[in-house]
Amino acid sequence: MAFYEKLMTMDRRVVYITMALAVAIPLFVPFQVPIHTTSEVKSVYDFIESLKPGDRLLIAIDYDPNAMAELHPMALTICRQCFAKGIKLFFVTLSQNGPGMAEQLVSRLSKEFNKKNGVDYIYLGYKPYPGLVILSMGQNFRISFPMDYYGTPVDSMPIMQGIRNYDDMKAVIAFEAGWVADSWIGDANGRYKLPVALGLTGVMTADYYPYIQSKQIIGLMGGLKGAAEYETLAKAKDRIASRGMKVQTITHIVVILFIIVGNIGFFMSRRKKL
Amino acid sequence: MSGDIIGIWIGAILTLGIFSFLYKDNPFYKFSEALFVGISAGYWFVVTFWQYFVPKFWDNLSLSFHELVANGRIDYHWIYLVGGFFGVLMLLRLVPKIGWLSRWSLAFIVGTTAGLQFTRYLESNGIRQVVGTIKPLVVGGNLGTSIGNIIIVVGTFTGLIYFFFSKEHKGAFGGAARVGVWFLMINFGAMFGYTVMSRMSLLIGRMDYLFSDWLKLIK
Repeated sequence: MAFYEKLMTMDRRVVYITMALAVAIPLFVPFQVPIHTTSEVKSVYDFIESLKPGDRLLIAIDYDPNAMAELHPMALTICRQCFAKGIKLFFVTLSQNGPGMAEQLVSRLSKEFNKKNGVDYIYLGYKPYPGLVILSMGQNFRISFPMDYYGTPVDSMPIMQGIRNYDDMKAVIAFEAGWVADSWIGDANGRYKLPVALGLTGVMTADYYPYIQSKQIIGLMGGLKGAAEYETLAKAKDRIASRGMKVQTITHIVVILFIIVGNIGFFMSRRKKL
Repeated sequence: MSGDIIGIWIGAILTLGIFSFLYKDNPFYKFSEALFVGISAGYWFVVTFWQYFVPKFWDNLSLSFHELVANGRIDYHWIYLVGGFFGVLMLLRLVPKIGWLSRWSLAFIVGTTAGLQFTRYLESNGIRQVVGTIKPLVVGGNLGTSIGNIIIVVGTFTGLIYFFFSKEHKGAFGGAARVGVWFLMINFGAMFGYTVMSRMSLLIGRMDYLFSDWLKLIK
């Protein structure tokens, strides 16, 4: 069997093992790759930096554990930046498996920054049917969330005093792994003019660039790279995404090599047939 | 052994179970997959029940019932019975003879969704995007912005021409359509690149979990 025929009939498990090694080995080797920041990520960072202590932000944790690797690092970094600046955070989750993600984030960061529930932040919890919940919050947060995630009436909390709807928020920073992002843009921004910034999974990112040039979103962070860029801008101490980017670099090189090898095999076998 | 350690071990074993499909389909994979689907569905049901059905339907109607019994007043919360009625109609799909009644609920959902989405999409994906594309081709003193604007305008225009099938793609029209195809291909390439990055991120996340959280080989 000729070399190119071997290439074309290579067992797919060879590819899997090579990829597994390409991911595993760099995890143990200490090296860094340069992270260049892009304007769409910097605009989110600049927006949050422009806020003053006491300003209020809505944080939407709309992702499940399957998107955790990409979105959790950026959510962590942004919430740390907000808490460090004294910004009051209103957490909400509109993804069915999101409550666990948000709970993990809230409990970890509240301990880290010694922030009080109901005073410095509130975790409103989860409600299904995201489009309707987003619309209802535009009228009054209490329609969908009369109580917080832990069952405390929101009106009994100091942070909710004088808070009615999106008019009382500076923006929503939405971490999205699905179509809920469309609702934040269309309903929260389109109907209620609430500024929206997005943290997206890599799969979704390319679809949302048009909303930047139409100024419907402040900016966006796409996938692990977006998270790494934000960590660089925020000078984060816990650089989870940046650590992942060195592995991304190696795996992408391996993927490119496989594409080249596969094409060589394809064109050589086609030439042979001609 | 603490709860956290047990959780990490279960997570690691199930991760390996899912990965085992890469070798070939096997009972270990089937078990892990079924467990994931089952737990997700169960979790979703419980959350929906306690976060929506109980506070929205049950609690509100209980209040209304007490109001009726105590003061003889009929308050507006009885409106939730309409929602409950449509919910029951949905369940009638389980009874083949009268299953057609569930179409009323579906018609209500589809009609409401279409009405809500129509204005939203028209505004955010239609009008705002068209406005965002109307840009000056030459911005004085800013070559980068000028080039960017030209690319947006040419890409949008030629992309739309490619999807115009009422005229044969020949001559100048065909040339513009071919330029449109190039823009589409570049877009698909960017989407594919992001998708690869996204999938790799998931793999990196799992590997990191196995090596650092489970095996403690990485600090």
